[in-house]
Parts: sequence; structure tokens; C-alpha cells
Amino acid sequence: MARETSTTGLFRFALLVCLSVVVMIVDFRSHYLQYARSALATVITPLHVVATLPQEIAERINIWFVSSEGLRGEHQTLKAEYAQLKAKLQKMQALERENQNLRYLLDAAEKVPERVLMAELIQVSLDPYTHKILVDKGLNDGAHVGQPVFDPSGVMGQITQVMPFTGAVTLITDPSHAVPVQVQRNGLRAIAFGTGSAGRLRISYLSNNADIRVGDLLLSSGLGGRFPRGYPVATVNSVKNDPGEAFLKIDAVPMAEIDRASQVLLVWRGSGKSTLTQNPGDDVDGMEEPHIGILNQVPGPE
Amino acid sequence: MAVILSFVIAFLLTLVPVPEWATMYRPDWVALVLIYWCLEIPDRIGLGVGWIIGLMVDIIQANLLGLNALGMTLVGYLANRFQYRLHMFPWWQQAISVFFILVLYRALVGWLRGFVSPVDLSYGYWVPCLTGMVVWPLIVIILRDVRRTSKAR
Repeated sequence: MARETSTTGLFRFALLVCLSVVVMIVDFRSHYLQYARSALATVITPLHVVATLPQEIAERINIWFVSSEGLRGEHQTLKAEYAQLKAKLQKMQALERENQNLRYLLDAAEKVPERVLMAELIQVSLDPYTHKILVDKGLNDGAHVGQPVFDPSGVMGQITQVMPFTGAVTLITDPSHAVPVQVQRNGLRAIAFGTGSAGRLRISYLSNNADIRVGDLLLSSGLGGRFPRGYPVATVNSVKNDPGEAFLKIDAVPMAEIDRASQVLLVWRGSGKSTLTQNPGDDVDGMEEPHIGILNQVPGPE
Repeated sequence: MAVILSFVIAFLLTLVPVPEWATMYRPDWVALVLIYWCLEIPDRIGLGVGWIIGLMVDIIQANLLGLNALGMTLVGYLANRFQYRLHMFPWWQQAISVFFILVLYRALVGWLRGFVSPVDLSYGYWVPCLTGMVVWPLIVIILRDVRRTSKAR
């Protein structure tokens, strides 16, 4: 009797193990399970809401006890900042028009206008071994897999899972993530890999004579077509040149407040097609380790 | 009913945000609760439930589907397999066994994770096994109470 139960137990164990392995492979290789995930997530989303309650209650209580003095001060600084930004924006508008005109004259492709949506972070802790955050916009708001996410100061990551009311964002610091970047100063192209620590990106595959310095600003290069061009990604904070190595060792600090932001922006490109309709598995940039062969051809300054 | 409630609470405990330093020590609540129920009512809770629970963990953590499902299946299997023995153990011996189950669970999940993305399996990764061992008696006490009151009703 006991013998029999243990063998059936082992059989069931083997069966479930196989099943999980199949599920994992399908989920990793394709987007087919996206819908199953969405359906199940609908049941589970309330959990996320409940889990944020303690934090929210704490915040409410905090708000009660904020002195009017402090609020007035904050209001003042915000007002000043608003005025400054508005002045800058006026200049920006003029510049943008000029830029468009010039591009038109040069017959260059126009920048696609982008649509943005503000999303609120859901304060839950996901798997601590991946860098992911949850935002309160999902399928119902038109979010899609592969959509770039920003915070007010820079590139934050991209959406990798959409559920009906929430979306999971993989941050640029996730060890499996990479962003194509470009040095602002000279247009040198590179790839910024996540490292798994919140304040650090690694720039790989730049040859020892590449022109990159500490303090250089890295913008998204738009190659790969996932992140729009020209958004700040990181600043270089250390460049190590080891003559024995083929490439420079470069560290950069993300511009976005990776672990502090509470509001993020979802961006739609002008022709915002869902990446779900693309061939499954052809994540050009971002989620897959890029091929080194391509990277070696990265030219110097244009 | 008590079973479902305890799992819901375990889910919440895995999700509730804690200060940065504390994330390292967060025990695998769901796995612990699963082990408890596997020992208490092995005829109802086992591999199958473990698999489903693990799948739910994957969804709430926005993880690769099947990762924790596989891990929880292992937990369920081990707990079921050694149920008679574990049931007889004094609490400290039980806690040590739980520690080893958690180590195996984390080893399996960590190894699988490695296929998808580079993962850091240094000391910090194993700390939750220790904290899990420490909170195990607590879980037994609480869930036993819950079970008694729900039975009495």
C-alpha cells in the first residue's frame, strides 16, 4: 500500500515537473501564454491592491501630519520650477519647429510624434532577484509588450508583461536587459547592459581606443526600434582601460530614478503597433543578449 | 477555507513592500505554508495543489511561468514523501528538515533562473532558507490554532 502511493507520487511528480518545464519553455520562447497569464492575473490583481494597503495607509497618515509650513515651502519651489520649465518649453517649441523645418529641407525622416500616458507604480515587491516593477496600466489602457517606459529624468525600462489592469516593467538594470545607446557628445554607439544592482549599468564591447569619458551622457540611440531616440539613459561614471582586455570596462549610472520613482510614463510611438502581433521571439533589442558579431561593427563617431 | 485564507495571506506577505535591507531576509512564506498543509492534510494538499500555488506565485511576481510551479511541486513532493517522518519529529528537527526542503527549493529555482538571466547565487540568496527555518515554529503554532478554531466552528 505504502509502496504504491509512493510510486504514484513519484509518477505525479515527474508529470508535473514535465508540465512545468513545458510551460516555462513556452512562456520564455513565445507570447502564447500571455493570454492565460492575463486571465489568471485578473483573479490575482486584487492581491496586489491589498498588498499596497499598508504602504498607502502610512502615506495617508503622513499626509495628515505634514505641516502647512512645509507644504507652503514645497508649493513655492514647485511654482518656481514650473515657471522655469515653462520658459524652457517655449524655447523648446521654437526649436522643435525649426528642427522640423530643417529636417523637411534635408528630406530626412521626421521624428514620429509620441503619445505618453502617466502610470502610477504599484508598491509591491516582486521577485527580488529580477529588476521589475508593476504599474497600474495594462491591456485596458492599451499598453503592450515591448513598450518603452520612462520617468521624468530618463529611460526606465520596457513593459514585458501586460495583464488586464497592470503591467510588469523590466527595468534597464535587470541583468537580462540591454539598451542600445549613443554618446551624446560624439554619437558613438554602444549597448548598456543591466547589472542587477539598481545604480549601475555596464557598457560592453567598446574597443580600447573608443572615445568615451567619465561624465558622458548616454542617450537611447533608437537602434532596434524599441526605445525612441534621444532620451537620456545614463551617465558614464567610470572607464577602465586594461591593455590586456579587448574591450573597455565602463560603468554608468542610470539617469532615471530606478528605485525611487513613483510615477512613470508609458510611451507610444506614432505608429504604435502591438508587438504581440510580431513574430514571437524576435525581440530585436532589449530582452535578448545581442549578438557580439553585430556589436563589433559598431563604428566610431559618425 | 482556512487553507485558502492562509495561502492568500502568504501571497500578501510575499508582496508587501518592506525596506530595502529586509528584502534579503524575507522567508518563502508560500512554501512554508504549503509544507505545513502537506504535513497536516496530506490527502488533500500535495503536489497538484503545490503546482497550482507555484503558478500563482509566478503570476503575482510577474516571473517566468512555471518557475515556482516546479519549485513548489518539489516542495510538495518532498513534504508528502516524508510526511510520516516529519510528523513525528520534534519541532526543532522539523525546522531543520524544513530548512533542507527550502534549500532544495531555492537551488532548483535558482538553477532554472540561470537559464533565463544571469543570477547571483551568493550567500544572500540562501538567507531566506534560514529565516524560513526560524519562522517555521511560528507558522506551525499559528496555523494549528487557526485549524482548531475553524474545526470547532
